[in-house]
Amino acid sequence: MLRLEKRPNPSQFWQYGTPVVAVLLTMIVGGILFAMLGKDPFAVIRTIFWDPIFGEFAFYLRGQLLVKAGPLILIAIGLALGFRAGIWNIGAEGQYIMGAVIGASVGLAVYPTETRLIYPVMVIAGALGGWLWAMIPAILKTRFNTNEILVSLMLVYVAETILAKAATGFLRNPDGAGFPGSRNFSSYKAASNPELIAGSGLHWGGVAALVTAVLVYILLQRHILGFQIKLAGQAPRAARFHGVNPTRLVVFCMGLSGALAGLAGLFEVTGPAGQISIDFNSGYGFTAIIVAFLGRLNPIGIVFAGLLMALTYVGGEMAATNMGLPSAAIQVFQGMLLFFLLGVDVLSNYRIRMFTGGK
Amino acid sequence: MDFGSINPAVLIASLMVAAVPIMLAALGELIVEKSGVLNLGVEGMMIIGAIAGFIVAVNTGSPVVGFIGGAMAGAALSLIFACLTQFLLTNQVATGLALTLFGLGLSSLAGQGYNGIKPPPTGAVPFGPLADIPFFGRVLFGHDWMVYFSILMVAVTWWVLKSTRLGLIIRAVGENHEAAHSLGYKVTRVRIGCIMFGGAMAGMGGAYVSLVRVPQWIDGITSGAGWIALAIVVFASWRPWRVMIGAYLFGGITVLQLNLQAAGSAIPVEYLSMAPYLITILVLVIMSSGRGKASLNAPASLGQNFHASH
Amino acid sequence: MKRRHLLASAALGLGLAFGGAANAQMDSVKACFVYVGTIGDGGWTQAHHASVTKAQEHFGDKVQFQWQESVPEGADSERVLTQMALGGCNIIFTTSFGYMDPTNAVAAKFPNVKFEHATGFKREHPNVGIYNARFYEGRAIEGLIAGRMTKSNKIGYIASFPIPEVIMGINSYFHNAKKVNPDVELSVVWAFTWLDPAKEADAAKALLDQGVDVIAAHTDSTAPLAEIAKSGGNAIGFGQASDMEDYKPTPRVTSIIDDWSPYYIRQIQAVMDGTWVSEDTWDGIKDGTVGIGEFTGLPDEVKAEAEGMRDAIAAGTYHPFTGPINKQDGSAWLAEGQTAPDGDLLGMGFYVEGITGDIPK
Repeated sequence: MLRLEKRPNPSQFWQYGTPVVAVLLTMIVGGILFAMLGKDPFAVIRTIFWDPIFGEFAFYLRGQLLVKAGPLILIAIGLALGFRAGIWNIGAEGQYIMGAVIGASVGLAVYPTETRLIYPVMVIAGALGGWLWAMIPAILKTRFNTNEILVSLMLVYVAETILAKAATGFLRNPDGAGFPGSRNFSSYKAASNPELIAGSGLHWGGVAALVTAVLVYILLQRHILGFQIKLAGQAPRAARFHGVNPTRLVVFCMGLSGALAGLAGLFEVTGPAGQISIDFNSGYGFTAIIVAFLGRLNPIGIVFAGLLMALTYVGGEMAATNMGLPSAAIQVFQGMLLFFLLGVDVLSNYRIRMFTGGK
Repeated sequence: MDFGSINPAVLIASLMVAAVPIMLAALGELIVEKSGVLNLGVEGMMIIGAIAGFIVAVNTGSPVVGFIGGAMAGAALSLIFACLTQFLLTNQVATGLALTLFGLGLSSLAGQGYNGIKPPPTGAVPFGPLADIPFFGRVLFGHDWMVYFSILMVAVTWWVLKSTRLGLIIRAVGENHEAAHSLGYKVTRVRIGCIMFGGAMAGMGGAYVSLVRVPQWIDGITSGAGWIALAIVVFASWRPWRVMIGAYLFGGITVLQLNLQAAGSAIPVEYLSMAPYLITILVLVIMSSGRGKASLNAPASLGQNFHASH
Repeated sequence: MKRRHLLASAALGLGLAFGGAANAQMDSVKACFVYVGTIGDGGWTQAHHASVTKAQEHFGDKVQFQWQESVPEGADSERVLTQMALGGCNIIFTTSFGYMDPTNAVAAKFPNVKFEHATGFKREHPNVGIYNARFYEGRAIEGLIAGRMTKSNKIGYIASFPIPEVIMGINSYFHNAKKVNPDVELSVVWAFTWLDPAKEADAAKALLDQGVDVIAAHTDSTAPLAEIAKSGGNAIGFGQASDMEDYKPTPRVTSIIDDWSPYYIRQIQAVMDGTWVSEDTWDGIKDGTVGIGEFTGLPDEVKAEAEGMRDAIAAGTYHPFTGPINKQDGSAWLAEGQTAPDGDLLGMGFYVEGITGDIPK
């Protein structure tokens, strides 16, 4: 009989080895799925994992990986801090929307003024929007002991309604002949977030994601607050003895994750998305939760997890278009990849032992 | 006034139907969480139940068999979650979310060829003359059997948790898995059982959407009901009867806001459509304020994995 | 602008590989489609894909078809469009309003690829065409039937979002109902969603509970019809996006069927012939894009009247918005005998006189 035995220290080898094993396993099982759907499994797998990085159009798609991964990483890092402290913000999608709406409102309010000051102010407004939206569950939790899972989740739906109202009402493009959707930021230079280096896919959102990863890494390793966050998650009682103020921690973690999600929304709406529309949000806030855990709640891990997730989106899309696969098959494939990535992780913390007649 | 033209009997009857899917799924999730496991994959299990129930009902011609099929499919999908979290000790939050992604994709693949078909009807329970009683006839005696089944399940869940040995074990495992283990309870086995029960209930809730509420198969048919079910469990502070209150409250406000619109209410529509979410938050705030954490009733081991080290 | 340059040269290379200059004849064409939902969404995307399937049957091996489901509007659609253009698509149809800006942005980089955007208004480049369907023509027929068939004089409309397309439909439905039945009152329920079948069912039920006995839906599932069917023959409704023939002969008494295939076949053929030009196309009943389903379960005289209106619209002798029509606030919109200009319809942000309640702002 197989049994798991906890390793005294996580295995260095398997910490790096497990993602590779997981991807290989997914290729095999996914390949079987694609073969069952009547497609050439090798061609599909190559399209998903190889072509976006090394294929014919990689010069374009490599940049797109950054575009797709940027918001995921930015949101996931904020969430990871909270998750470490045992604070469950699962409403990042709503904070992302509110960051975009409030940031865009500020920019559009002064249209068409062209000054360098506008964009930084919008960035602050975006962060503030996400922060405010996250403060609602944070304050309800600290003041009234209300569960943050429910409140943050319910506020996603409220934010979606506000988004629809913005796109069809108060932010609607006055020159848009009554159609929904705001002005496009790509034609409003002072308020737009273009590629920094042409063809790289890198915009301010990507820069923010990378900088945040480094800063949060330092915070967790070096700063007393980082220690408190880790302690609060692992041993809440001990944390209280160490003078950790739970109220402050909730406000800090929720606020930071909300602000980062709001930033992601602002960078997205002024850059790649270009405008506020009814369906502006596309689930980044929820996907980022998975990314946070795939990256083992570690900022550097999250950067890689975000890029891998982006690869499955971009590559999956190509496979769907070029091979005529239903998009549902790609979803199933992504689900499997996540299962394997999460599942094989057991090897880094545990040893598998054979026991005969064990209990 | 606004409320003048809305018939309360009709409103209550409608909300009882509207609440069935989230109530079933929330009851299942309640048991899962009582055992100390947080499965965020409710939406995925619901939609798998919706398509499986639909396929089975269409092919057998029997909605009852369809509901059983939906429950079995939900349980089968939850087994993936159970294996990953209980044997491979994966993170429950991430695994649950992955399960939702997987379930949404799989349901869409399985549902190809089932678009635009009408399933066999699930009839109302014949109460005869009882259904003609003013007010109560409409509210209590005019529904299909799943409505009564869902209420029965609330009672059963409550009774099992409160008064049976099984309930005691589930609660013990959820409160303190180390202690439960040293008392000789099979923590992992209990949890797997609970997870599968949760899957079955979510699947049945999903089948209710595709077989009764809509009734048709459409990709993404559950459109977020699983998330609401998760919220209802928290709202209910892990108590079965409060799940019923929560589901009826949420379903009721949803139905009420549409009725107010249809009746030409002066309240702006966008506030009406936010109302179910805002009022749920408000009621929870009122219920949870001014009490100690103990009364919130959250299982102490919720979301933590268990590994028997000895 | 290195990227732009790179992309342009890549496109140029492909253009050469596929037969040279923009308007030469082509032996083989690759037609690509961007969908906002899945093929099985039961409504909008399903109707587009059914039309694509018809076009596929029409062309056989001469045209290669590709499509991508569930493409979010915004950055993702821009990437998908670029991938398609790079991958050798000669004509790309983007089938949702939200793709408008991305379509124009990508079109600027691929001058040799034709782009066709549905339901929008921007044509910033000579290789972008736009197309839409005059669904309000179908709504007029539904309105006529509603006005004739209602016993309670209350008719209902399940709406998605407050956008011109939906408001246009509401106005056409109400105006043509009122024309034959001056006592008719309209209740509008805004669902604030494109797809939530359970909510659509609840909306239909709420309308029925208010005594409404004819319901039109701007959301795509059959849930409202199923709900009406439960009312025991006291109310009727209409098929939306597809015929929904399962609910024949009643409660479904007719339907608006989205059939884009005539347009798709025409435009792809134009690319093959080298005759494609950028156009703003708004087809209706006449062109077959707005299909009117068989009339069932109606009294003979109502059926005849509805058929008459259908034929008159197709022949161009009747316009669903023919004055005198006032706006909701009583101000004049169309004078006696005047028909609505397309521009007014496309940007419609007001109710016509007689509708109570406000458009969500």
